[in-house]
Amino acid sequence: MELNILTLCYLIGSITFIIGLKMLSHPASARKGNLVAAAGMAIAIAGTIFLYKDEAGNGLHNYGWIFGGIAIGTIVGWMAAKKVKMTAMPEMVSLFNGMGGACAALISIVEFNHLVHGYTVETGAAFFASLNGTTLLIIMLGLIIGSVSFAGSIIAWGKLNGKIKDFSFNGQHIFNIVLLLLIVSLAIYIVVFSPAQTILFFYVVFLLSLIYGVLFVFPIGGADMPVVISLLNSFTGVAAACGGFLYDNKVMLTGGILVGAAGTLLTILMCKAMNRSLKNVLIGSFGGNKAVATGAAKEQGLYKEITLSDSAVLMAYANKIMIVPGYGLAVAQAQHICHELEKLLAEKGVEVKYAIHPVAGRMPGHMNVLLAEADVNYEKLLEMEQANDEFSTTDVVLVLGANDVVNPAAKKDPASPIYGMPILDVELAKTCIVNKRSMKPGYAGIENDLFFQPKTSMLFGDAKKVLQDLVAEIKSL
Amino acid sequence: METILNWIAAHQQMIYIVVLMIFVGIEIIGKVPSVLHTPLMSGANAIHGVVIIGAIIVMGKAEADNYLALILGLLAVILGTLNVVGGFVVTDRMLEMFKGKKK
Repeated sequence: MELNILTLCYLIGSITFIIGLKMLSHPASARKGNLVAAAGMAIAIAGTIFLYKDEAGNGLHNYGWIFGGIAIGTIVGWMAAKKVKMTAMPEMVSLFNGMGGACAALISIVEFNHLVHGYTVETGAAFFASLNGTTLLIIMLGLIIGSVSFAGSIIAWGKLNGKIKDFSFNGQHIFNIVLLLLIVSLAIYIVVFSPAQTILFFYVVFLLSLIYGVLFVFPIGGADMPVVISLLNSFTGVAAACGGFLYDNKVMLTGGILVGAAGTLLTILMCKAMNRSLKNVLIGSFGGNKAVATGAAKEQGLYKEITLSDSAVLMAYANKIMIVPGYGLAVAQAQHICHELEKLLAEKGVEVKYAIHPVAGRMPGHMNVLLAEADVNYEKLLEMEQANDEFSTTDVVLVLGANDVVNPAAKKDPASPIYGMPILDVELAKTCIVNKRSMKPGYAGIENDLFFQPKTSMLFGDAKKVLQDLVAEIKSL
Repeated sequence: METILNWIAAHQQMIYIVVLMIFVGIEIIGKVPSVLHTPLMSGANAIHGVVIIGAIIVMGKAEADNYLALILGLLAVILGTLNVVGGFVVTDRMLEMFKGKKK
């Protein structure tokens, strides 16, 4: 009876995951979808704690440890998720993903220890040969995928918050492939031939997987991190599914494979939004051509600055203004004052719209979330294609802390690392005011020709400060 | 060959689930707008936190004197819970920003 109730709990869990994901992919139902999946998860977890029985019919024990662990995890996870700033959310997701990967790897380690419990030197290889090959295979899979996902996510997290810089060495891709082959062949060797050194090899595979995870993410540029996180996310899903195989647990299997499949598709969709292939993201790492790109731009290093009052006049008497927000706006938390500027200009009869590049900021949809927080009307946000149609009739484009998404090199310079990425054609507008903190290159580490064009003027300073001054200036006109 | 066939027969239920879930996973998020990419990734991230169930089982089965298993199990439970709770809360916070701004 109890076991049947547990089966029902798992069934409910699996269904809520599917429905939750489905709802998450539509704007209107997304938030509810998240709660539906969370409720299903709670049911599945509670069911496991109280109703689980192993083959021999014994329930779980060590309740103190279980509840202690859950309590610690809940408090820390809740606080971390509530306190994190909007700008830091992608790295938070990456960190949580790494936790899931580590959890899967730990399960594999404990189960492996359990499996080889009876091993003594005398029994030797014969002991390992008697082990269940399938179980060993699943344990190895969970270990490898979980470790890669954990190590990779931690590097991605470090990169996004600027703690870790890009790092690559010549022939790294070859080295990575060799390393991966080594891991896979060692794992197959253990599973198929069960050598006497199985225990040693198991930990070698563990170590190599961690190293592989680190090296896999290291050379990939920061701007591509959301794609990498999404990919690692689907890895963790598969690692969780391995646990489902191991314990013959349907909800783990359903949830894991579901995320693995959806995550893989999402990764591809994200690449498409940037008009790049997954292979390009993973192998053609950003920064490789850095020297060439900066070298070419230095020759034309002449830009002009514009004063606050000039910008204010320019904007107040324009017919149509397009605001291009970027990561700088998010960092400065200037979304509210930006909305204020927009309202002020609208009162003066200026048509103000926002041009949103799909990958502006550090994650797709970052700018929509940010501006929605400041109550900016949804209809004022134009997607890239619409915005590009309207730039030619725009008087002033105000670029707020965006860089790579307005870099014309993506169109003109085949040597540029971002060549081929669709951009916002701000050059089509009559004038362009660019607000940046300094002339430093953007996230992809490349110079931007836009800043040196005659139509462009630079307005240096922190986005929030500059916008506040602009608002004050326009009010006093 | 026979071993493989036997293996498939022995695990057919699992294999069916895997195959069907791959298609379901691809089907349900096929037409997601790019605005929702990040929340969706975050939501999926929370869902694979289901791995915590494995951690709970590991923990609950460990013998009381096997400290290695207890400590690793505890760590796994903590990390799994972080993944689940943190994942759902972060997703909720992201989606909160869309509140009332639906098309």
